[in-house]
Amino acid sequence: MKIIKLLMLSVAILFLIFAQNNLDPYTVSILNNIAIFGILALSYNLINGVAGQFSLEPNGFVAIGAYVTALLILPASSKIDMFALEDPAPIILAMHTSFLPALLMSGIVAAVLAFILSIPVFRVRGDYLAIVTLGFGFIIRIFAMNQTKYTNGAMGLNDIPDNANLLWTGGIIIVTFIVMLNVIYSKYGRAMKAVRDDEDAATAMGINTFWIKTYAFMTSAFFEGVGGGLMASLLTTISPDQFTFLLTFQLLIIIVLGGLGSMSGTLIGAVLVMGGTEWLRFLDQNMDIFGYNTGAHPGLRMVVFSILLIIMMLFARRGIFGNKELTDMFKRGKK
Amino acid sequence: MILELKNITMQFGGITAIDDLNFGVKTGEIYGLIGPNGAGKTTLFNIVTGNYTQTKGTVVFNHEELSGVKPNEIVLRGIARTFQNIRLFKSMSVLENVLIGFHHQANYTYFESILRLPRHFSNEKKIKKEAMILLEKFGIADLADTNSSSLSYGNQRKVEIARALATNPRLLLLDEPAAGMNPSETEDLSNIIKKIKTEFGLTILLIEHDMKFVNQMCDKVLVLDYGEQIFEGKPSDAIVDEKVVAAYLGDFEHA
Amino acid sequence: MDISTFVQQMINGISLGSMYALIAIGYTLVYGVLRLINFAHGDIMMVGAFVAYLAQNAGIPFELAVILAIIAAMVTGILTDKIAYKPLRNAPKISLLITAIGISFFLENLFNVLFGGVPRAFSAPDYLTKIIHYDGIIVPVTVIIIPVVTLILLFIILWILNKTKYGMAIRSLAFDIPTVKLMGINADIIIMLVFAIGSALAAIGGIFYAVSYPSIDPLMGVIVGLKAFAAAVLGGIGSVAGAVIGGFILGFTEIVVVAFMPDLGGYKDAFAFIFLILVLLFKPTGIMGQDLDRSRF
Repeated sequence: MKIIKLLMLSVAILFLIFAQNNLDPYTVSILNNIAIFGILALSYNLINGVAGQFSLEPNGFVAIGAYVTALLILPASSKIDMFALEDPAPIILAMHTSFLPALLMSGIVAAVLAFILSIPVFRVRGDYLAIVTLGFGFIIRIFAMNQTKYTNGAMGLNDIPDNANLLWTGGIIIVTFIVMLNVIYSKYGRAMKAVRDDEDAATAMGINTFWIKTYAFMTSAFFEGVGGGLMASLLTTISPDQFTFLLTFQLLIIIVLGGLGSMSGTLIGAVLVMGGTEWLRFLDQNMDIFGYNTGAHPGLRMVVFSILLIIMMLFARRGIFGNKELTDMFKRGKK
Repeated sequence: MILELKNITMQFGGITAIDDLNFGVKTGEIYGLIGPNGAGKTTLFNIVTGNYTQTKGTVVFNHEELSGVKPNEIVLRGIARTFQNIRLFKSMSVLENVLIGFHHQANYTYFESILRLPRHFSNEKKIKKEAMILLEKFGIADLADTNSSSLSYGNQRKVEIARALATNPRLLLLDEPAAGMNPSETEDLSNIIKKIKTEFGLTILLIEHDMKFVNQMCDKVLVLDYGEQIFEGKPSDAIVDEKVVAAYLGDFEHA
Repeated sequence: MDISTFVQQMINGISLGSMYALIAIGYTLVYGVLRLINFAHGDIMMVGAFVAYLAQNAGIPFELAVILAIIAAMVTGILTDKIAYKPLRNAPKISLLITAIGISFFLENLFNVLFGGVPRAFSAPDYLTKIIHYDGIIVPVTVIIIPVVTLILLFIILWILNKTKYGMAIRSLAFDIPTVKLMGINADIIIMLVFAIGSALAAIGGIFYAVSYPSIDPLMGVIVGLKAFAAAVLGGIGSVAGAVIGGFILGFTEIVVVAFMPDLGGYKDAFAFIFLILVLLFKPTGIMGQDLDRSRF
């Protein structure tokens, strides 16, 4: 088993190196996209699928991660040039690190915020997490808009150093995947699943459900922060309007399609949804149907995706993988 | 006395579910709570486990007051329970269900499991071994990898009790353990309960309707009717007690 | 600040609060009966406002357009339940919440595709857009009409809930009193009624919103819906009176804070969220709330 894992890991790394150096930029950009959405969806699936706490947080934490990394890797001189609405705050000018610490910082800031949100939300029962995290996404945007001396407001940040490439995004998705599986196959992951299945019974087993949910939420937030940092460096430009609920929605589709609670499924979901988004691009553009021009319909893709989500929930709730992993299937197969 | 309830009163809105109840359970005893439906038995369980906070009165376990102690902490102090309508973790295997009970006996941190440090492996190995030993005691070790929701009713009940035992309790609360079982399953279950009681040095407080089961198992019973205590003593005396008989007849008339 | 400005702001606060209250009632009723955050509720408000707009564009007089809007919203609400929620009544809660989000996103994007994302001016008859000048107080007439209509609607709702068989059934479902079956009432009809009432109120709230601001767009329901939900939690989810109180508190706070501390104007939309967090921290059951989420053993 161990050998198979190592083999898969080396194949993945070799592929990344090959792809980065040999594939055309368009393919590489799609692969980057898949990797980033994969990172985000893997972490999103931990809180939603494994711990069963319906949350709508990713866009908020991704935004935080993107801003933290961007502000940390931008040199002071470009900050001074860029901040048009107000001069940057001294701390903004002072902060500067290389890419890896910046990414880690993004994750840590997001995780700390997740912890702060956990306190009001996980003490109560019910579905408040969903609405609080939905609101959180808006609040982050409001702050990004208004705190102009920290964020440059609606103008956003430009010329962010493009440190990220496929080796970064691919490397981090591998790390994320391994971490998620390590969490799931530990007493903490078991407890998360117990909370998902029956919270009262989990409590009756002596499990502190507040902390279990908080661990899941903070871990999700950490990797969403890191993913946000990667995104900022890949896109080299960010603004508050980029991190809307649309982002969260795409991730939701990915994890529902792949299977709530299944990390292997999530990877497949990411490929299908990101590929599908590219493939369905024509829906949003001008179309000639029997000589009749339909005109451009921005948003039609999202109509299709929302119908897909509803249909999945109604008829194929378990997604492609259910809540199992590829390895579980091997085990079953051996018997 | 391992468990003492003093002047326990529980009100929901204006309704009194339990009215000024006093009793104690001696260490090593099997103590039965009986009474018609709606008499307040499960409510009493929920007070002992900390799921409900009593309106008045105190619960003392092992010479310590339990007021304000959270349900999960009460488990760590040595009280475990099963539910009336078996509540297993349905997406998990039998082994995993029992491993949840061992949660606090696996001694590694979140980061140790993320980084897969040695303590993760050694502790997981330890609790898995103990869980298998426990399953063997219940005669269901061969079902360890089976999904818990696909078990027979009797086996589900066994898993639930095994899971409760995994938390290493001193007092075990069983809410209608024999409900829904056929006579041979009930027989099997009472043997297991007696066996684990001696082996683990347990005290057991149980709710049950099956009077034959109660008679056979319990050293002492408390009969509740509309939240009030109407009898405490030997099970054989309970069934001939006038008040008890009246309470049950009343119950049948209503039903 | 002089007294007339103060009065003016108070009136604005009542008016805004009324709108939140109308929308919050829908959240609270659905949550009470199904324990579900109906994420599509804010979008149903948007549907109401759009139908009123489109009907007027088609030459239908405002009053009739309002009625059409209410009907359209009720149909949307009931269909949402029938198509997306009802099949999942016995499914895990998370499935329901996901479809709820799916419906919400579907409505937003459908309207975006059909009508574009650009805000559209919403016209209303003169008697609704007049400005009143009275003793230094200058307010649009809508801010008087909105609270009055809200009050009337509230009385109707409370009458339905407290005096009719169906209303009592709604309340008993909300508090998990197992009397519903005894009364021989079909739970499905009650749930339909809840969606109908909630959606009708949302449509009226949406039209008020459209008249006050006066523009509409496919995403108008998102932030208003979020705020109204916060108002419902603040008042105590499950309680109609609580939803109204919560709505008013939120409306007042927004108006007053912005009036007295203009610097915070940019953060106006964040107050609801802060309320929500504070309520969850200190009094999760809200002002009027029953503990609907207490686990049942």
